[in-house]
Amino acid sequence: MTSIAVLIPIALGMGLIGLAAFFWALRQGQFVDLDGAAARILIDEGEDPAP
Amino acid sequence: MTRAARRHADTLAQPQDAGLVHTALAVPAMHCAGCMGKVERGLAALPGVAQARANLTARSVGVDHTAAVTVPDLVAALTRAGFAAQPRASVLAEPVSAVRPLLAPLAVAAFACMNVMLLSVSVWSGADGATRDLFHWLSALIGVPAIAYAGRPFFASAWSALRHGRTNMDVPISIGVTLATGLSFYETVTHGAEAWFDGTLMLLLFLLAGRALDAMMRDRARAGVDALLRQAAPGAMVVADDGATAWYAATDLVPGMVMRVAAGERLAADGVVVRGSSRLDRSLLTGESAAVPAGEGDRVLAGTLNTEAPLDVRVLATGEDTALADIARLMEAAGQSRSRYVRIADRASRLYAPAVHSLAALTFAGWMLAGAGIYKALVIAIAVLIITCPCALGLAVPVAQVVAAGALMKRGILVKDGSALERLAEVDRMLIDKTGTLTEGRPVPDAATLAALRADEAAVALALASHSRHPLSLGLAEALAARGVRAAELSDVHETPGRGLTAQWHDVPVSLGRPAAASGGMAAALAIGTAPVRLIGFADALRPDCVDALAELARQGIPASILSGDGVAAVATVAHQTGLTAQANASPQDKHEAIDRLSAAGHRVLMVGDGLNDGPALAAAHASIAPGSASDVGRQAADVVFTGASLQALPRSVAMARRTMRVVRQNFTLAIGYNLLAVPLAMAGLVTPLIAAVAMSTSSLVVVANSLRLSFIDGERA
Repeated sequence: MTSIAVLIPIALGMGLIGLAAFFWALRQGQFVDLDGAAARILIDEGEDPAP
Repeated sequence: MTRAARRHADTLAQPQDAGLVHTALAVPAMHCAGCMGKVERGLAALPGVAQARANLTARSVGVDHTAAVTVPDLVAALTRAGFAAQPRASVLAEPVSAVRPLLAPLAVAAFACMNVMLLSVSVWSGADGATRDLFHWLSALIGVPAIAYAGRPFFASAWSALRHGRTNMDVPISIGVTLATGLSFYETVTHGAEAWFDGTLMLLLFLLAGRALDAMMRDRARAGVDALLRQAAPGAMVVADDGATAWYAATDLVPGMVMRVAAGERLAADGVVVRGSSRLDRSLLTGESAAVPAGEGDRVLAGTLNTEAPLDVRVLATGEDTALADIARLMEAAGQSRSRYVRIADRASRLYAPAVHSLAALTFAGWMLAGAGIYKALVIAIAVLIITCPCALGLAVPVAQVVAAGALMKRGILVKDGSALERLAEVDRMLIDKTGTLTEGRPVPDAATLAALRADEAAVALALASHSRHPLSLGLAEALAARGVRAAELSDVHETPGRGLTAQWHDVPVSLGRPAAASGGMAAALAIGTAPVRLIGFADALRPDCVDALAELARQGIPASILSGDGVAAVATVAHQTGLTAQANASPQDKHEAIDRLSAAGHRVLMVGDGLNDGPALAAAHASIAPGSASDVGRQAADVVFTGASLQALPRSVAMARRTMRVVRQNFTLAIGYNLLAVPLAMAGLVTPLIAAVAMSTSSLVVVANSLRLSFIDGERA
């Protein structure tokens, strides 16, 4: 029983952290432009030639 | 609305911190990472611009800049980067996402469902006494707030339906969820054996997933809600009496002002020409394929494209009074008939909800008569409600439609929303526009003439054509580039409006322009030095596989006829080539009436068109399709937009829509079949939360799996 009393809060806490992270991302506007986010990694940032 | 969205939706020229102004520009041509990079770098290079952030989904870019930078400066910077841009008309233009409000409830339902299911598994595995009570209390602690939050979309919709004396799918869902939660809470408080939190949350999770899929589909294909306002040039360069020029937004123009319209610009308001003469492309407004000449004293309309020379136009009517706004009003009225269409899921629930509720009531009455006591009768009746809750039914339609839309999208066919597929499956008659729909809608140079050009002639022609925005030049440049021709190097390029282009090529004078002798149809003359002049003919050609596609549609039982705003001669040629009957000189009002006539005769009409003049007809028809080259208005009014050049997209969309409806009907059969098995068990009082959870997820999986078959087109994976 004592192990359950420890483990259940841990499990719930981890789940809540995940949920909070999702809400944070939602508020940050990370779901505003899904297509753009996928394409953005292909943009070459640096103008300088590679060393 | 999220903070980011609020920031994004700021008005034009609204002051922000540090004296910065935020401006949103629509950039319709942006479609890849390279474009985003070019747009952002091009704007950031402008002095006074603090930050530019492109949004690929909305095809727009948000710019933070100092007040010294004006909107035309930004548009000019984008033009230099190779993108046509328009200021977004208003805050309302920001498309409202249908998915985002569902994401948070979906996440909460998923989180709560998983945790409660974990606790339920322990209870099913034999936990009892104090442990079971603890687990039930924990489930209630997670479940009740989660159900209250995640169920809001359903409760709100059910409440608004009931208030108007109607019923929809959300009414039985809300009643089932509320009763199940209440019963489970009662069981928890009274140390009962069975709580239904897991089943209730799973139900909400599946239903929200179905909703989110449906909304995602609507969001994906919808770009530019304010299309009509953007179609009118959003502003104009106004010339004052003393010759000073200033840029005015379209909303600030007043009758009496004189606006200077450069070649290649669209008119922002109706007016009369006071200086200059040019040719105007009115095809989007009227469907006319040939540009019409406009000289001093001629009436000109907002939304038409000036193709040749600068014009000074005295404004006669603006905004609400323009011919463009008339078409918008006609469209709004026409769209109302379509909004009366009831989607198949709602039609199903009209039959389903009363059946389920009477079954539950019957069960309650039956057990009461059998002397089971009010508590037991109530528990069993609620079990019936939970087991019949339309879980698989909620997924049956959206999953099939999303899979079908995804498969079509890979073939270059964009479906606006699920109801479009339902309506498209029912059509039995087609009306098709000519200019821009049956034909390409732009002048295409004669292939034989191009093939006969020498390599150096072709190189010079491409170089000259690429310096002009005249429709013939654009068509010629595109055709030559497609043939792999490289442009020659020219110097001293000059464009004389109305005459053509001249330049020097290795000290030889070259020119591309209007032929000296007027010949029938459109043509351009290419002259190099003293060599004989080459005449290049142009025609508005039929789309490829046009005849095959029409034959395929006829085989599907959809006869077609042409409905065009163009003149009789031009329409007759195309009618002869395609073998269709035709109506010429049709105004937007005529097109709308033609559809009403056919609808009144019991036909379900598919309208295919591209122009502004087709807008009311597209909105009035039972279903509508527009090519990707269509005006924004056409694309906005149509249910389906195809991006390729081939008209094969029409029979393909219809075939897919019909297949989708077959799968939807199979899904309904599967979901109802499951209920036929489960309901007698529930009525007999044999269903436990475990059985409900297993039955619910199995039937949902079966429905999803059946829908996934739609991703195979013609036996191959799309």
